[in-house]
Amino acid sequence: MAGIEHRSHDMGLHVEQLTGRTQQRFFSATEEENFMYPWSFEVDFEKSAEFDAEAMTSTQINLRIRELMQDGVGSITVRNPRAKHGVGVGILNRLNLRFEGSLGYFGCGLIDGPNIQISGRVGWSCAENMMAGTVVIEHNAGSTFGAAIRGGDLVCRGDVGSRTGIDQKGGTIIVGGRTGAFSGFMMQRGRMVICGDAGKNLGDSMYDGTIYVGGEVEDLGVDCVPGEMNDTDLKWLTEKLARYDISPACGVENMKKFVAGKQLWNYDNLEPSEKKLVL
Amino acid sequence: MCGIAGLIHRNGSSDIGSEMTAMLQSLKHRGPDSTGFALYGRPTENQCIMRFKVAEQEEMKNGFEIRQQVIERQKEVDHRLETLGARVTLREDATEYSHRYVFSFDGDMRRLADYVEDIEGVEILSIGAGLELIKDLGDATTVSGQYSLSGFEGTHGIGHTRMATESDVDIRSAHPYWAYPFNDVSVVHNGQLTNYWTFRREMERKGHRFMSNCDSELIAVYIADRIQEGDDLETAMVSSVEELDGVFTYLVATSDKLGMAKDVMAAKPMVLYESDEFVGLASEEVAIRSIFPSEIETWDPYHGEVKVWQV
Repeated sequence: MAGIEHRSHDMGLHVEQLTGRTQQRFFSATEEENFMYPWSFEVDFEKSAEFDAEAMTSTQINLRIRELMQDGVGSITVRNPRAKHGVGVGILNRLNLRFEGSLGYFGCGLIDGPNIQISGRVGWSCAENMMAGTVVIEHNAGSTFGAAIRGGDLVCRGDVGSRTGIDQKGGTIIVGGRTGAFSGFMMQRGRMVICGDAGKNLGDSMYDGTIYVGGEVEDLGVDCVPGEMNDTDLKWLTEKLARYDISPACGVENMKKFVAGKQLWNYDNLEPSEKKLVL
Repeated sequence: MCGIAGLIHRNGSSDIGSEMTAMLQSLKHRGPDSTGFALYGRPTENQCIMRFKVAEQEEMKNGFEIRQQVIERQKEVDHRLETLGARVTLREDATEYSHRYVFSFDGDMRRLADYVEDIEGVEILSIGAGLELIKDLGDATTVSGQYSLSGFEGTHGIGHTRMATESDVDIRSAHPYWAYPFNDVSVVHNGQLTNYWTFRREMERKGHRFMSNCDSELIAVYIADRIQEGDDLETAMVSSVEELDGVFTYLVATSDKLGMAKDVMAAKPMVLYESDEFVGLASEEVAIRSIFPSEIETWDPYHGEVKVWQV
Protein backbone atom coordinates (compact mmCIF):
# COMPACT_ATOMS: atom_id res chain seq x y z
CA MET A 1 0.00 0.00 0.00
CA ALA A 2 2.80 2.35 0.92
CA GLY A 3 4.41 1.61 -2.42
CA ILE A 4 1.32 2.60 -4.33
CA GLU A 5 1.03 5.83 -2.36
CA HIS A 6 4.67 6.62 -3.10
CA ARG A 7 4.19 6.01 -6.83
CA SER A 8 1.07 8.16 -6.96
CA HIS A 9 3.05 11.01 -5.34
CA ASP A 10 5.80 10.53 -7.94
CA MET A 11 3.25 10.77 -10.72
CA GLY A 12 1.85 14.01 -9.32
CA LEU A 13 -1.61 12.63 -8.74
CA HIS A 14 -1.79 14.15 -5.25
CA VAL A 15 -1.35 17.68 -6.52
CA GLU A 16 -3.42 17.44 -9.70
CA GLN A 17 -6.42 19.75 -9.64
CA LEU A 18 -9.57 19.36 -11.69
CA THR A 19 -9.73 22.30 -14.03
CA GLY A 20 -13.47 22.72 -14.40
CA ARG A 21 -13.70 21.12 -17.82
CA THR A 22 -17.46 21.49 -17.83
CA GLN A 23 -17.08 25.26 -17.85
CA GLN A 24 -14.76 25.37 -20.85
CA ARG A 25 -15.99 26.78 -24.17
CA PHE A 26 -15.50 24.19 -26.90
CA PHE A 27 -17.52 25.97 -29.51
CA SER A 28 -18.32 29.45 -30.71
CA ALA A 29 -21.56 30.09 -32.56
CA THR A 30 -19.98 33.01 -34.35
CA GLU A 31 -17.30 30.93 -36.07
CA GLU A 32 -18.59 29.64 -39.38
CA GLU A 33 -16.28 26.62 -39.55
CA ASN A 34 -18.02 25.16 -36.52
CA PHE A 35 -21.02 24.48 -38.73
CA MET A 36 -19.11 22.70 -41.49
CA TYR A 37 -17.65 19.20 -41.41
CA PRO A 38 -14.34 18.84 -43.20
CA TRP A 39 -15.72 15.99 -45.36
CA SER A 40 -19.11 17.42 -46.28
CA PHE A 41 -20.03 18.50 -49.78
CA GLU A 42 -22.47 20.82 -51.52
CA VAL A 43 -24.63 18.59 -53.70
CA ASP A 44 -27.45 19.11 -56.20
CA PHE A 45 -30.36 16.66 -55.81
CA GLU A 46 -31.14 17.10 -59.52
CA LYS A 47 -27.78 15.55 -60.42
CA SER A 48 -28.02 11.77 -60.21
CA ALA A 49 -25.75 8.77 -60.75
CA GLU A 50 -25.77 5.03 -60.21
CA PHE A 51 -23.18 2.26 -60.14
CA ASP A 52 -22.94 -1.49 -59.69
CA ALA A 53 -21.14 -2.55 -56.49
CA GLU A 54 -21.06 -6.29 -57.20
CA ALA A 55 -17.32 -6.47 -57.81
CA MET A 56 -16.34 -3.63 -55.46
CA THR A 57 -15.02 -3.81 -51.93
CA SER A 58 -16.65 -1.81 -49.12
CA THR A 59 -13.86 0.75 -49.28
CA GLN A 60 -14.25 1.15 -53.03
CA ILE A 61 -18.01 1.65 -52.68
CA ASN A 62 -17.57 4.33 -50.02
CA LEU A 63 -14.87 6.09 -52.02
CA ARG A 64 -17.07 6.06 -55.15
CA ILE A 65 -19.93 7.64 -53.19
CA ARG A 66 -17.54 10.30 -51.92
CA GLU A 67 -16.21 11.00 -55.41
CA LEU A 68 -19.75 11.45 -56.71
CA MET A 69 -20.64 13.80 -53.85
CA GLN A 70 -17.46 15.74 -54.53
CA ASP A 71 -18.72 16.20 -58.09
CA GLY A 72 -21.95 17.62 -56.70
CA VAL A 73 -24.12 14.55 -57.34
CA GLY A 74 -27.01 14.61 -54.88
CA SER A 75 -28.94 11.45 -55.83
CA ILE A 76 -26.97 8.19 -55.93
CA THR A 77 -28.18 4.61 -56.53
CA VAL A 78 -25.91 1.70 -55.59
CA ARG A 79 -26.87 -1.63 -57.13
CA ASN A 80 -25.87 -5.07 -55.77
CA PRO A 81 -24.20 -4.16 -52.47
CA ARG A 82 -24.35 -7.92 -51.69
CA ALA A 83 -24.47 -7.56 -47.89
CA LYS A 84 -21.01 -6.04 -47.69
CA HIS A 85 -20.03 -4.51 -44.37
CA GLY A 86 -19.49 -0.86 -43.46
CA VAL A 87 -21.09 0.59 -46.57
CA GLY A 88 -22.64 4.08 -46.75
CA VAL A 89 -20.85 5.30 -43.63
CA GLY A 90 -19.60 8.72 -42.58
CA ILE A 91 -21.77 10.77 -44.95
CA LEU A 92 -21.95 14.23 -43.41
CA ASN A 93 -24.12 16.17 -45.87
CA ARG A 94 -27.57 16.03 -47.42
CA LEU A 95 -27.80 13.29 -50.04
CA ASN A 96 -30.41 10.98 -51.52
CA LEU A 97 -28.79 7.56 -51.45
CA ARG A 98 -30.49 4.33 -52.45
CA PHE A 99 -29.07 0.82 -52.06
CA GLU A 100 -30.74 -1.76 -54.28
CA GLY A 101 -30.02 -4.91 -52.28
CA SER A 102 -28.87 -5.73 -48.75
CA LEU A 103 -26.13 -4.37 -46.53
CA GLY A 104 -24.01 -6.25 -44.00
CA TYR A 105 -22.73 -5.06 -40.62
CA PHE A 106 -22.37 -1.39 -39.66
CA GLY A 107 -24.13 -0.02 -42.73
CA CYS A 108 -24.89 3.72 -42.81
CA GLY A 109 -23.11 4.40 -39.53
CA LEU A 110 -21.83 7.80 -38.37
CA ILE A 111 -24.00 9.76 -40.78
CA ASP A 112 -25.23 13.30 -40.36
CA GLY A 113 -27.81 14.36 -42.89
CA PRO A 114 -28.40 11.96 -45.80
CA ASN A 115 -31.69 10.29 -46.69
CA ILE A 116 -30.89 6.62 -47.30
CA GLN A 117 -33.16 3.87 -48.62
CA ILE A 118 -32.21 0.19 -48.56
CA SER A 119 -34.40 -2.13 -50.61
CA GLY A 120 -33.16 -5.30 -48.88
CA ARG A 121 -32.02 -6.18 -45.38
CA VAL A 122 -29.30 -4.81 -43.10
CA GLY A 123 -26.96 -6.67 -40.74
CA TRP A 124 -25.89 -5.79 -37.20
CA SER A 125 -25.49 -2.19 -36.00
CA CYS A 126 -27.15 -0.37 -38.86
CA ALA A 127 -26.93 3.45 -38.59
CA GLU A 128 -24.82 3.29 -35.47
CA ASN A 129 -24.18 6.79 -34.06
CA MET A 130 -26.41 8.41 -36.67
CA MET A 131 -26.73 12.16 -36.05
CA ALA A 132 -29.37 13.32 -38.54
CA GLY A 133 -31.16 12.31 -41.73
CA THR A 134 -33.32 9.29 -42.45
CA VAL A 135 -32.53 5.62 -43.07
CA VAL A 136 -35.38 3.42 -44.30
CA ILE A 137 -34.96 -0.36 -44.65
CA GLU A 138 -37.61 -2.20 -46.63
CA HIS A 139 -37.02 -5.67 -45.13
CA ASN A 140 -35.48 -6.96 -41.88
CA ALA A 141 -32.56 -5.75 -39.76
CA GLY A 142 -30.04 -7.46 -37.50
CA SER A 143 -29.20 -6.83 -33.86
CA THR A 144 -28.07 -3.54 -32.25
CA PHE A 145 -30.12 -1.66 -34.82
CA GLY A 146 -29.56 2.07 -34.32
CA ALA A 147 -27.02 1.66 -31.54
CA ALA A 148 -26.27 5.02 -29.88
CA ILE A 149 -28.13 7.09 -32.45
CA ARG A 150 -28.40 10.76 -31.54
CA GLY A 151 -30.83 12.08 -34.11
CA GLY A 152 -32.77 11.49 -37.31
CA ASP A 153 -35.29 8.78 -38.19
CA LEU A 154 -34.23 5.15 -38.51
CA VAL A 155 -36.99 2.98 -39.95
CA CYS A 156 -37.18 -0.78 -40.57
CA ARG A 157 -40.38 -2.06 -42.13
CA GLY A 158 -39.68 -5.68 -41.15
CA ASP A 159 -38.42 -7.46 -38.03
CA VAL A 160 -35.34 -6.43 -36.10
CA GLY A 161 -32.91 -8.43 -33.93
CA SER A 162 -31.88 -7.97 -30.30
CA ARG A 163 -30.71 -4.86 -28.43
CA THR A 164 -32.44 -2.50 -30.82
CA GLY A 165 -31.55 1.09 -29.96
CA ILE A 166 -28.99 0.12 -27.35
CA ASP A 167 -27.62 3.31 -25.79
CA GLN A 168 -30.00 5.46 -27.86
CA LYS A 169 -29.26 9.11 -27.19
CA GLY A 170 -31.85 10.80 -29.38
CA GLY A 171 -33.75 10.56 -32.65
CA THR A 172 -36.46 8.07 -33.55
CA ILE A 173 -36.31 4.35 -34.26
CA ILE A 174 -39.36 2.82 -35.94
CA VAL A 175 -39.79 -0.93 -36.36
CA GLY A 176 -42.69 -2.14 -38.49
CA GLY A 177 -42.47 -5.72 -37.16
CA ARG A 178 -41.12 -7.21 -33.95
CA THR A 179 -37.88 -6.72 -32.04
CA GLY A 180 -35.71 -9.12 -30.05
CA ALA A 181 -34.55 -9.09 -26.44
CA PHE A 182 -33.11 -6.04 -24.64
CA SER A 183 -34.56 -3.45 -27.00
CA GLY A 184 -34.00 0.04 -25.59
CA PHE A 185 -31.20 -1.25 -23.35
CA MET A 186 -29.58 1.75 -21.58
CA MET A 187 -31.71 4.15 -23.60
CA GLN A 188 -30.98 7.75 -22.68
CA ARG A 189 -33.08 9.94 -24.95
CA GLY A 190 -35.27 9.77 -28.03
CA ARG A 191 -38.21 7.63 -29.04
CA MET A 192 -38.58 4.06 -30.17
CA VAL A 193 -41.71 2.75 -31.88
CA ILE A 194 -42.19 -1.03 -32.15
CA CYS A 195 -45.34 -1.88 -34.08
CA GLY A 196 -45.17 -5.63 -33.39
CA ASP A 197 -44.06 -7.65 -30.36
CA ALA A 198 -41.07 -6.77 -28.19
CA GLY A 199 -38.73 -9.42 -26.75
CA LYS A 200 -37.75 -9.85 -23.12
CA ASN A 201 -36.17 -7.15 -20.95
CA LEU A 202 -37.61 -4.25 -22.91
CA GLY A 203 -36.03 -0.94 -21.88
CA ASP A 204 -33.63 -2.61 -19.47
CA SER A 205 -31.64 0.01 -17.48
CA MET A 206 -33.07 2.87 -19.52
CA TYR A 207 -32.35 6.32 -18.10
CA ASP A 208 -34.83 8.30 -20.14
CA GLY A 209 -36.64 8.30 -23.48
CA THR A 210 -39.92 6.75 -24.56
CA ILE A 211 -40.78 3.38 -26.09
CA TYR A 212 -44.11 2.68 -27.81
CA VAL A 213 -45.16 -0.91 -28.49
CA GLY A 214 -48.08 -2.12 -30.62
CA GLY A 215 -47.88 -5.86 -29.89
CA GLU A 216 -47.09 -7.99 -26.86
CA VAL A 217 -44.17 -7.28 -24.54
CA GLU A 218 -42.42 -10.43 -23.29
CA ASP A 219 -41.33 -8.62 -20.14
CA LEU A 220 -39.92 -5.31 -18.96
CA GLY A 221 -36.30 -4.79 -17.98
CA VAL A 222 -35.03 -3.15 -14.83
CA ASP A 223 -36.40 0.38 -14.36
CA CYS A 224 -38.67 0.30 -17.41
CA VAL A 225 -42.25 1.11 -16.41
CA PRO A 226 -45.57 1.61 -18.23
CA GLY A 227 -46.32 5.23 -19.08
CA GLU A 228 -49.57 7.00 -19.77
CA MET A 229 -50.46 7.77 -23.39
CA ASN A 230 -51.68 11.29 -23.91
CA ASP A 231 -52.92 13.35 -26.85
CA THR A 232 -49.42 14.57 -27.66
CA ASP A 233 -48.18 10.99 -27.90
CA LEU A 234 -51.02 10.00 -30.19
CA LYS A 235 -50.59 13.03 -32.42
CA TRP A 236 -46.84 12.50 -32.69
CA LEU A 237 -47.20 8.76 -33.39
CA THR A 238 -49.90 9.28 -35.99
CA GLU A 239 -47.90 11.88 -37.88
CA LYS A 240 -44.58 10.09 -37.62
CA LEU A 241 -45.86 6.68 -38.73
CA ALA A 242 -47.91 8.20 -41.57
CA ARG A 243 -44.74 9.81 -42.90
CA TYR A 244 -43.31 6.33 -43.50
CA ASP A 245 -46.61 4.70 -44.40
CA ILE A 246 -46.45 2.33 -41.44
CA SER A 247 -49.45 1.40 -39.32
CA PRO A 248 -49.44 -1.00 -36.37
CA ALA A 249 -51.97 -3.84 -36.57
CA CYS A 250 -53.49 -2.77 -33.26
CA GLY A 251 -54.00 0.85 -34.35
CA VAL A 252 -52.02 3.80 -33.01
CA GLU A 253 -54.63 4.50 -30.33
CA ASN A 254 -54.03 1.07 -28.77
CA MET A 255 -50.26 1.27 -28.58
CA LYS A 256 -48.63 1.06 -25.16
CA LYS A 257 -46.08 3.49 -23.80
CA PHE A 258 -43.04 2.70 -21.64
CA VAL A 259 -40.71 5.11 -19.91
CA ALA A 260 -37.87 5.05 -17.38
CA GLY A 261 -38.79 4.63 -13.73
CA LYS A 262 -35.72 6.78 -13.03
CA GLN A 263 -34.67 4.74 -10.04
CA LEU A 264 -31.23 4.07 -11.49
CA TRP A 265 -30.21 7.53 -12.57
CA ASN A 266 -31.81 10.92 -12.75
CA TYR A 267 -30.44 13.46 -15.17
CA ASP A 268 -32.59 16.16 -13.63
CA ASN A 269 -30.02 16.35 -10.85
CA LEU A 270 -27.32 17.36 -13.32
CA GLU A 271 -26.41 20.84 -14.46
CA PRO A 272 -27.20 21.44 -18.17
CA SER A 273 -23.49 21.56 -19.00
CA GLU A 274 -22.95 18.22 -17.27
CA LYS A 275 -25.87 16.70 -19.16
CA LYS A 276 -24.25 17.75 -22.40
CA LEU A 277 -21.09 15.90 -21.46
CA VAL A 278 -22.85 12.78 -20.23
CA LEU A 279 -25.19 12.49 -23.19
CA MET B 1 -14.76 -14.40 -32.91
CA CYS B 2 -15.15 -17.38 -35.32
CA GLY B 3 -17.62 -17.84 -38.14
CA ILE B 4 -20.09 -20.65 -38.58
CA ALA B 5 -22.24 -21.63 -41.53
CA GLY B 6 -24.62 -24.39 -42.48
CA LEU B 7 -26.95 -25.42 -45.27
CA ILE B 8 -29.50 -28.08 -46.02
CA HIS B 9 -31.10 -29.06 -49.31
CA ARG B 10 -34.51 -30.28 -48.25
CA ASN B 11 -35.50 -32.00 -51.50
CA GLY B 12 -32.34 -33.36 -53.02
CA SER B 13 -28.61 -33.01 -53.11
CA SER B 14 -26.05 -30.59 -54.48
CA ASP B 15 -22.33 -29.88 -54.66
CA ILE B 16 -22.22 -28.97 -50.97
CA GLY B 17 -18.42 -29.14 -50.96
CA SER B 18 -18.22 -26.09 -53.22
CA GLU B 19 -21.16 -24.35 -51.54
CA MET B 20 -19.69 -24.70 -48.05
CA THR B 21 -16.27 -23.63 -49.31
CA ALA B 22 -17.77 -20.43 -50.76
CA MET B 23 -19.70 -19.70 -47.56
CA LEU B 24 -16.75 -20.29 -45.26
CA GLN B 25 -14.29 -18.41 -47.45
CA SER B 26 -16.51 -15.33 -47.20
CA LEU B 27 -16.27 -15.65 -43.40
CA LYS B 28 -12.47 -15.86 -43.41
CA HIS B 29 -12.18 -12.48 -41.67
CA ARG B 30 -13.96 -13.98 -38.65
CA GLY B 31 -11.26 -16.61 -38.17
CA PRO B 32 -8.26 -17.39 -40.35
CA ASP B 33 -6.58 -19.99 -38.10
CA SER B 34 -8.35 -23.13 -39.23
CA THR B 35 -11.37 -24.24 -41.23
CA GLY B 36 -13.54 -27.28 -40.80
CA PHE B 37 -16.32 -28.96 -42.74
CA ALA B 38 -18.87 -31.58 -41.71
CA LEU B 39 -20.38 -32.74 -44.99
CA TYR B 40 -23.22 -35.22 -45.28
CA GLY B 41 -23.15 -37.31 -48.44
CA ARG B 42 -25.41 -40.11 -49.56
CA PRO B 43 -25.40 -42.63 -46.67
CA THR B 44 -23.42 -45.79 -47.34
CA GLU B 45 -25.37 -49.03 -46.94
CA ASN B 46 -24.14 -51.21 -44.06
CA GLN B 47 -20.83 -49.39 -44.08
CA CYS B 48 -19.21 -46.60 -42.11
CA ILE B 49 -16.90 -43.83 -43.19
CA MET B 50 -14.16 -42.98 -40.73
CA ARG B 51 -12.06 -39.82 -41.04
CA PHE B 52 -9.03 -39.79 -38.76
CA LYS B 53 -5.64 -38.18 -38.38
CA VAL B 54 -2.41 -39.68 -37.12
CA ALA B 55 -0.57 -36.41 -36.46
CA GLU B 56 -1.05 -32.67 -36.31
CA GLN B 57 -0.11 -30.59 -39.37
CA GLU B 58 2.46 -28.72 -37.27
CA GLU B 59 4.12 -31.97 -36.23
CA MET B 60 4.81 -32.83 -39.86
CA LYS B 61 7.13 -29.83 -40.11
CA ASN B 62 9.29 -30.93 -37.19
CA GLY B 63 11.68 -33.79 -36.65
CA PHE B 64 13.09 -36.51 -38.91
CA GLU B 65 11.10 -39.39 -37.49
CA ILE B 66 7.54 -38.12 -37.80
CA ARG B 67 7.09 -39.45 -41.34
CA GLN B 68 8.03 -42.93 -40.23
CA GLN B 69 5.83 -42.53 -37.15
CA VAL B 70 2.71 -41.64 -39.12
CA ILE B 71 3.22 -44.73 -41.28
CA GLU B 72 3.56 -46.86 -38.17
CA ARG B 73 0.50 -45.29 -36.58
CA GLN B 74 -1.62 -45.95 -39.66
CA LYS B 75 -0.44 -49.56 -39.72
CA GLU B 76 -1.44 -49.90 -36.09
CA VAL B 77 -4.91 -48.48 -36.89
CA ASP B 78 -5.24 -51.13 -39.63
CA HIS B 79 -4.16 -53.83 -37.21
CA ARG B 80 -6.60 -52.79 -34.51
CA LEU B 81 -9.53 -52.52 -36.91
CA GLU B 82 -8.75 -56.02 -38.15
CA THR B 83 -8.47 -57.30 -34.56
CA LEU B 84 -11.95 -56.00 -33.77
CA GLY B 85 -13.43 -57.54 -36.89
CA ALA B 86 -13.88 -54.39 -38.97
CA ARG B 87 -13.55 -55.02 -42.71
CA VAL B 88 -11.98 -52.07 -44.50
CA THR B 89 -13.11 -51.83 -48.14
CA LEU B 90 -11.55 -48.49 -49.08
CA ARG B 91 -8.47 -46.62 -47.87
CA GLU B 92 -7.82 -43.06 -49.05
CA ASP B 93 -5.05 -40.74 -47.93
CA ALA B 94 -6.31 -37.17 -47.87
CA THR B 95 -2.90 -36.00 -46.66
CA GLU B 96 0.17 -37.65 -45.16
CA TYR B 97 -1.44 -37.46 -41.75
CA SER B 98 -5.16 -37.61 -42.48
CA HIS B 99 -7.05 -40.61 -43.84
CA ARG B 100 -10.47 -41.77 -44.97
CA TYR B 101 -11.54 -45.38 -44.49
CA VAL B 102 -14.76 -47.08 -45.51
CA PHE B 103 -15.45 -50.21 -43.49
CA SER B 104 -18.16 -52.56 -42.32
CA PHE B 105 -18.47 -53.34 -38.64
CA ASP B 106 -21.32 -54.70 -36.56
CA GLY B 107 -19.70 -54.50 -33.13
CA ASP B 108 -19.58 -51.84 -30.42
CA MET B 109 -18.61 -48.57 -32.14
CA ARG B 110 -17.51 -46.90 -28.90
CA ARG B 111 -15.09 -49.75 -28.23
CA LEU B 112 -13.74 -49.45 -31.74
CA ALA B 113 -13.30 -45.68 -31.38
CA ASP B 114 -11.59 -46.03 -27.99
CA TYR B 115 -9.27 -48.77 -29.23
CA VAL B 116 -8.20 -46.78 -32.29
CA GLU B 117 -7.75 -43.53 -30.38
CA ASP B 118 -5.63 -45.37 -27.80
CA ILE B 119 -2.80 -45.22 -30.36
CA GLU B 120 -0.55 -42.25 -29.63
CA GLY B 121 -1.24 -39.30 -31.95
CA VAL B 122 -4.38 -40.81 -33.47
CA GLU B 123 -7.71 -38.99 -33.33
CA ILE B 124 -10.92 -40.01 -35.03
CA LEU B 125 -12.49 -36.93 -36.60
CA SER B 126 -15.75 -38.63 -37.45
CA ILE B 127 -17.52 -41.92 -37.97
CA GLY B 128 -20.80 -42.13 -39.83
CA ALA B 129 -22.77 -43.52 -42.71
CA GLY B 130 -22.96 -40.14 -44.41
CA LEU B 131 -20.83 -37.75 -42.33
CA GLU B 132 -17.35 -36.79 -43.44
CA LEU B 133 -15.56 -34.39 -41.13
CA ILE B 134 -12.59 -32.52 -42.53
CA LYS B 135 -10.63 -29.88 -40.64
CA ASP B 136 -7.18 -28.43 -40.97
CA LEU B 137 -5.18 -25.25 -40.62
CA GLY B 138 -5.78 -22.47 -43.15
CA ASP B 139 -8.72 -20.80 -44.83
CA ALA B 140 -11.62 -22.56 -46.54
CA THR B 141 -10.14 -22.50 -50.02
CA THR B 142 -6.86 -23.97 -48.76
CA VAL B 143 -8.48 -26.79 -46.78
CA SER B 144 -11.03 -27.50 -49.50
CA GLY B 145 -8.28 -27.77 -52.10
CA GLN B 146 -6.08 -29.89 -49.85
CA TYR B 147 -8.91 -32.40 -49.27
CA SER B 148 -10.50 -32.12 -52.76
CA LEU B 149 -13.91 -31.09 -51.46
CA SER B 150 -15.11 -29.46 -54.66
CA GLY B 151 -17.72 -31.73 -56.20
CA PHE B 152 -18.69 -33.37 -52.90
CA GLU B 153 -22.33 -34.29 -53.49
CA GLY B 154 -24.53 -34.20 -50.41
CA THR B 155 -27.69 -32.99 -48.72
CA HIS B 156 -26.42 -30.84 -45.88
CA GLY B 157 -23.36 -29.61 -44.07
CA ILE B 158 -21.97 -27.30 -41.43
CA GLY B 159 -18.63 -25.54 -41.21
CA HIS B 160 -16.47 -23.27 -39.15
CA THR B 161 -13.71 -20.70 -39.55
CA ARG B 162 -11.77 -20.43 -36.33
CA MET B 163 -10.08 -17.55 -34.57
CA ALA B 164 -8.29 -19.32 -31.74
CA THR B 165 -8.88 -17.53 -28.45
CA GLU B 166 -8.80 -19.99 -25.59
CA SER B 167 -6.99 -23.01 -27.02
CA ASP B 168 -4.25 -23.86 -29.50
CA VAL B 169 -4.09 -23.42 -33.25
CA ASP B 170 -4.17 -27.09 -34.19
CA ILE B 171 -6.50 -29.59 -35.79
CA ARG B 172 -7.48 -30.97 -32.41
CA SER B 173 -8.99 -27.63 -31.39
CA ALA B 174 -10.55 -26.91 -34.77
CA HIS B 175 -14.25 -27.35 -35.41
CA PRO B 176 -16.52 -29.15 -36.25
CA TYR B 177 -16.58 -31.63 -33.41
CA TRP B 178 -17.90 -35.11 -33.82
CA ALA B 179 -20.32 -36.09 -31.04
CA TYR B 180 -18.35 -39.19 -30.08
CA PRO B 181 -19.42 -42.00 -30.14
CA PHE B 182 -22.58 -41.26 -32.10
CA ASN B 183 -22.45 -41.82 -35.82
CA ASP B 184 -23.16 -38.83 -37.99
CA VAL B 185 -23.52 -36.13 -35.28
CA SER B 186 -21.37 -33.00 -35.55
CA VAL B 187 -21.32 -29.52 -34.03
CA VAL B 188 -19.88 -26.08 -34.82
CA HIS B 189 -20.02 -23.20 -32.36
CA ASN B 190 -19.35 -19.48 -32.07
CA GLY B 191 -19.09 -18.07 -28.56
CA GLN B 192 -17.86 -18.89 -25.08
CA LEU B 193 -19.23 -21.27 -22.48
CA THR B 194 -18.68 -20.03 -18.95
CA ASN B 195 -19.63 -23.24 -17.12
CA TYR B 196 -17.36 -25.37 -19.31
CA TRP B 197 -15.31 -26.98 -16.55
CA THR B 198 -18.31 -27.78 -14.36
CA PHE B 199 -20.03 -29.59 -17.20
CA ARG B 200 -16.84 -31.16 -18.51
CA ARG B 201 -16.19 -32.82 -15.13
CA GLU B 202 -19.76 -34.03 -15.04
CA MET B 203 -19.50 -35.47 -18.55
CA GLU B 204 -16.14 -37.11 -17.81
CA ARG B 205 -17.61 -38.75 -14.74
CA LYS B 206 -20.25 -40.22 -17.05
CA GLY B 207 -17.52 -41.70 -19.26
CA HIS B 208 -17.41 -39.20 -22.13
CA ARG B 209 -14.04 -38.43 -23.66
CA PHE B 210 -12.62 -34.98 -24.51
CA MET B 211 -9.87 -34.60 -27.06
CA SER B 212 -9.23 -30.87 -26.56
CA ASN B 213 -9.61 -28.05 -24.08
CA CYS B 214 -11.90 -26.17 -26.42
CA ASP B 215 -15.26 -25.24 -24.87
CA SER B 216 -17.02 -25.95 -28.16
CA GLU B 217 -16.29 -29.65 -27.77
CA LEU B 218 -18.52 -29.63 -24.70
CA ILE B 219 -21.57 -28.91 -26.85
CA ALA B 220 -20.91 -31.98 -28.99
CA VAL B 221 -20.40 -34.10 -25.88
CA TYR B 222 -23.48 -32.61 -24.22
CA ILE B 223 -25.66 -33.35 -27.26
CA ALA B 224 -24.22 -36.88 -27.42
CA ASP B 225 -25.02 -37.38 -23.73
CA ARG B 226 -28.60 -36.19 -24.11
CA ILE B 227 -29.15 -38.41 -27.15
CA GLN B 228 -27.72 -41.31 -25.14
CA GLU B 229 -30.26 -40.50 -22.43
CA GLY B 230 -33.03 -40.84 -25.00
CA ASP B 231 -33.68 -37.25 -26.06
CA ASP B 232 -34.34 -36.42 -29.68
CA LEU B 233 -32.14 -33.77 -31.25
CA GLU B 234 -34.49 -30.82 -30.71
CA THR B 235 -35.12 -31.70 -27.05
CA ALA B 236 -31.38 -32.04 -26.47
CA MET B 237 -30.78 -28.65 -28.02
CA VAL B 238 -33.51 -26.95 -25.96
CA SER B 239 -31.91 -28.42 -22.81
CA SER B 240 -28.53 -27.10 -23.88
CA VAL B 241 -29.86 -23.54 -24.12
CA GLU B 242 -31.19 -23.84 -20.58
CA GLU B 243 -28.14 -25.52 -19.04
CA LEU B 244 -25.09 -24.24 -20.86
CA ASP B 245 -24.09 -20.81 -19.65
CA GLY B 246 -22.44 -18.14 -21.76
CA VAL B 247 -22.93 -16.46 -25.09
CA PHE B 248 -23.15 -18.82 -28.01
CA THR B 249 -24.71 -19.75 -31.29
CA TYR B 250 -24.18 -23.25 -32.55
CA LEU B 251 -25.20 -25.56 -35.37
CA VAL B 252 -25.60 -29.30 -35.07
CA ALA B 253 -26.14 -31.83 -37.84
CA THR B 254 -27.16 -35.49 -37.89
CA SER B 255 -27.59 -37.91 -40.78
CA ASP B 256 -30.87 -36.27 -41.82
CA LYS B 257 -31.26 -33.09 -39.74
CA LEU B 258 -29.73 -29.67 -39.29
CA GLY B 259 -30.37 -27.61 -36.17
CA MET B 260 -29.42 -24.23 -34.73
CA ALA B 261 -29.54 -22.85 -31.20
CA LYS B 262 -28.96 -19.38 -29.85
CA ASP B 263 -28.27 -18.44 -26.25
CA VAL B 264 -30.76 -16.50 -24.14
CA MET B 265 -28.76 -13.26 -24.46
CA ALA B 266 -28.76 -13.49 -28.28
CA ALA B 267 -25.26 -12.09 -28.12
CA LYS B 268 -23.74 -14.03 -31.00
CA PRO B 269 -24.82 -13.42 -34.56
CA MET B 270 -26.75 -15.72 -36.85
CA VAL B 271 -28.54 -14.92 -40.09
CA LEU B 272 -31.08 -17.31 -41.53
CA TYR B 273 -32.58 -17.87 -44.96
CA GLU B 274 -35.31 -20.46 -45.32
CA SER B 275 -37.29 -21.64 -48.33
CA ASP B 276 -39.14 -24.84 -49.22
CA GLU B 277 -36.04 -26.24 -50.93
CA PHE B 278 -33.15 -24.79 -48.99
CA VAL B 279 -32.09 -23.47 -45.60
CA GLY B 280 -28.88 -21.46 -45.18
CA LEU B 281 -27.44 -20.12 -41.95
CA ALA B 282 -24.31 -18.16 -41.23
CA SER B 283 -22.71 -15.74 -38.81
CA GLU B 284 -22.98 -13.10 -41.51
CA GLU B 285 -25.30 -12.63 -44.44
CA VAL B 286 -22.38 -12.22 -46.80
CA ALA B 287 -21.84 -16.01 -46.52
CA ILE B 288 -25.37 -16.80 -47.65
CA ARG B 289 -25.05 -14.24 -50.45
CA SER B 290 -21.94 -16.04 -51.67
CA ILE B 291 -24.15 -18.84 -53.00
CA PHE B 292 -27.29 -16.80 -53.77
CA PRO B 293 -26.81 -14.14 -56.43
CA SER B 294 -30.46 -13.02 -56.30
CA GLU B 295 -32.14 -11.04 -53.52
CA ILE B 296 -33.52 -13.23 -50.72
CA GLU B 297 -35.34 -12.61 -47.46
CA THR B 298 -33.13 -13.21 -44.42
CA TRP B 299 -33.54 -12.57 -40.72
CA ASP B 300 -31.91 -13.00 -37.31
CA PRO B 301 -33.22 -15.82 -35.09
CA TYR B 302 -34.14 -14.57 -31.61
CA HIS B 303 -32.82 -15.24 -28.10
CA GLY B 304 -33.09 -18.81 -26.86
CA GLU B 305 -34.38 -19.94 -30.23
CA VAL B 306 -33.89 -23.54 -31.34
CA LYS B 307 -34.79 -24.69 -34.84
CA VAL B 308 -34.36 -28.07 -36.54
CA TRP B 309 -34.82 -28.86 -40.23
CA GLN B 310 -35.20 -32.28 -41.84
CA VAL B 311 -33.65 -33.36 -45.14
